Amino acid sequence: MAAQTNQPMVEARGLGRTFRTRTGAVEAVAGVDFAIQAREVVGFLGPNGAGKTTTQRMLSTLLAPTSGEATVAGCDLRRDPVGVRRRIGYVAQGGSTNPNALCDEELVLQAQLYGLGAEEARRRADEICARLDLGDLGARQIKTLSGGQRRRLDVALGLVHGPGLVFLDEPSTGLDPQSRANLWTHIRGLRDELGTTVFLTTHYLEEADALCDRILIIDHGRIVAEGTPDQLKRRISGDLVIFTVGPEAERARGVLAGRPGVREAVPHDGTVRVTVERGEEGALPLMRALDAAGIPVASMQIARPTLDDVFLTLTGHSLRDQPAAEGRRPS
Amino acid sequence: MSAWREARLVFRQQLRLSWRQPVWAVLALIQPLLYLALFGPLLRPLTHTPGFPPGSSWSVFVPGLLIQLAMFGTMFVGFGLIAEMRYGVVERMRVTPASRMALLMGRVMRDAVVLVGQAVLLIAIATVFGLRAPLLGLAAVLVIVLLLGISLSSFSYAAGLKLRSEDALAQLLNSLAVPLLLLSGILLPMSLAPRWLYLLSRLNPFSHVVDGARAAVRGDFGSGSIAVGFIVALALAVAGVAVGTRTFHRESN
Repeated sequence: MAAQTNQPMVEARGLGRTFRTRTGAVEAVAGVDFAIQAREVVGFLGPNGAGKTTTQRMLSTLLAPTSGEATVAGCDLRRDPVGVRRRIGYVAQGGSTNPNALCDEELVLQAQLYGLGAEEARRRADEICARLDLGDLGARQIKTLSGGQRRRLDVALGLVHGPGLVFLDEPSTGLDPQSRANLWTHIRGLRDELGTTVFLTTHYLEEADALCDRILIIDHGRIVAEGTPDQLKRRISGDLVIFTVGPEAERARGVLAGRPGVREAVPHDGTVRVTVERGEEGALPLMRALDAAGIPVASMQIARPTLDDVFLTLTGHSLRDQPAAEGRRPS
Repeated sequence: MSAWREARLVFRQQLRLSWRQPVWAVLALIQPLLYLALFGPLLRPLTHTPGFPPGSSWSVFVPGLLIQLAMFGTMFVGFGLIAEMRYGVVERMRVTPASRMALLMGRVMRDAVVLVGQAVLLIAIATVFGLRAPLLGLAAVLVIVLLLGISLSSFSYAAGLKLRSEDALAQLLNSLAVPLLLLSGILLPMSLAPRWLYLLSRLNPFSHVVDGARAAVRGDFGSGSIAVGFIVALALAVAGVAVGTRTFHRESN
């Protein structure tokens, strides 16, 4: 697309938005800086009200920033909003279709509003329908579609003109686990098969973890951390190595505590739980140390922190609207 | 011109949606038809009252009804836009490079077409009741109706986009509709009014439009009323489109 390969697809510089309300000014986004490279899948992770949607609405020209600037798909956001619009797709959080319209009508109209001729629009609509498993729903009224189908139609509407960059605002909210997994497959396909750059927001940790090359964590309008899912998890909490040692737990703690790389060793219910920088590398020397001390190890497990732990550590609060966070996941 | 193309695209889609539920366009005709059948006959004995305009009671009443149809048929289209905003359709279109004016005008064109269709139907039925009018006059009235429709539907969309709430829009429209109706001379000609009321009615642009429509139906092409009515309707249309486009241009929050 328009962006040159060496240029980021999105570059925000001090981009901010303050809303004026009766009770005073509310700073929804407090001047964020970040870049997204071409063909990256980047997730904006944060609780509701953190500023994710506001940032995406600014970058997609729907909302004027009150501070800062941005380049989107090679076009300046303030000087060339129409250029931005031509090159991006945007899938809003709350849906985008008239329930009385037919799938086909909406798709073809949308493609035509992007300047495509009737025939080309028709062809693209069919193509995107096939890609998103909407193949035979063209002539159906949208109100007769299931939630998952309707959401895929929203995504199709954002992609029908073949943009190089697509914004997905909470793509899987409200979907059952099966529809969500299905949508994830399609989102991965966008990058892998079409080379599309994807910028999505989510408040699902698993979603960010499963889809994103890189995650920006946003809270109260500020980006508080940035990195690959692995980097973030590693950076915050380190890994946990759990040795099952039966009655020797207390002695095992004595052996392991203070060894290089060990942050903490806690005996717990027949095990000793050791926090280390990197579990894969740290576990074996610890194992040998226990062996040398004559402590038999029944089993060993390395657990990695979830993004929920990361979020908790970074912001001091858990993601709201979340089902109880899953425990440490064995890896 | 790409804006014109985009407006036509939106217009076609809107028309398809209206066509899918024709019941609303037909229901909108029930009110004027009730006025025609149940109120129109009351004017008959008034034709000899001093101050009553020349012509049969139908040629006085039907033009008023047509203007009423234009006003009340299109004044409420903003509700449809609020529903579309809630569905996310408006935002989906705003994120395309399509001209903001086209997004508005496509919808306004649909409303205008539906309105003119209703007006033609109303004239046909009024003819059965006894309306007699020159074709040229009827054509002039239809043009005026069209302009009013463009104006009010644009204003209504602007209000809907701005207020974003059905409750607020209903309050606004109700507070405007009654004084505009009473001071327009639609139901009874303002020539019957005491002087202060007549003068007050002159401040309401719709009263001039109603006078113009009556002159056209009675075939009084020599009077200036038709021109005045037309110019006022045109000015309202231009103002409506300007305000509507501006509102569509502005960011949504």
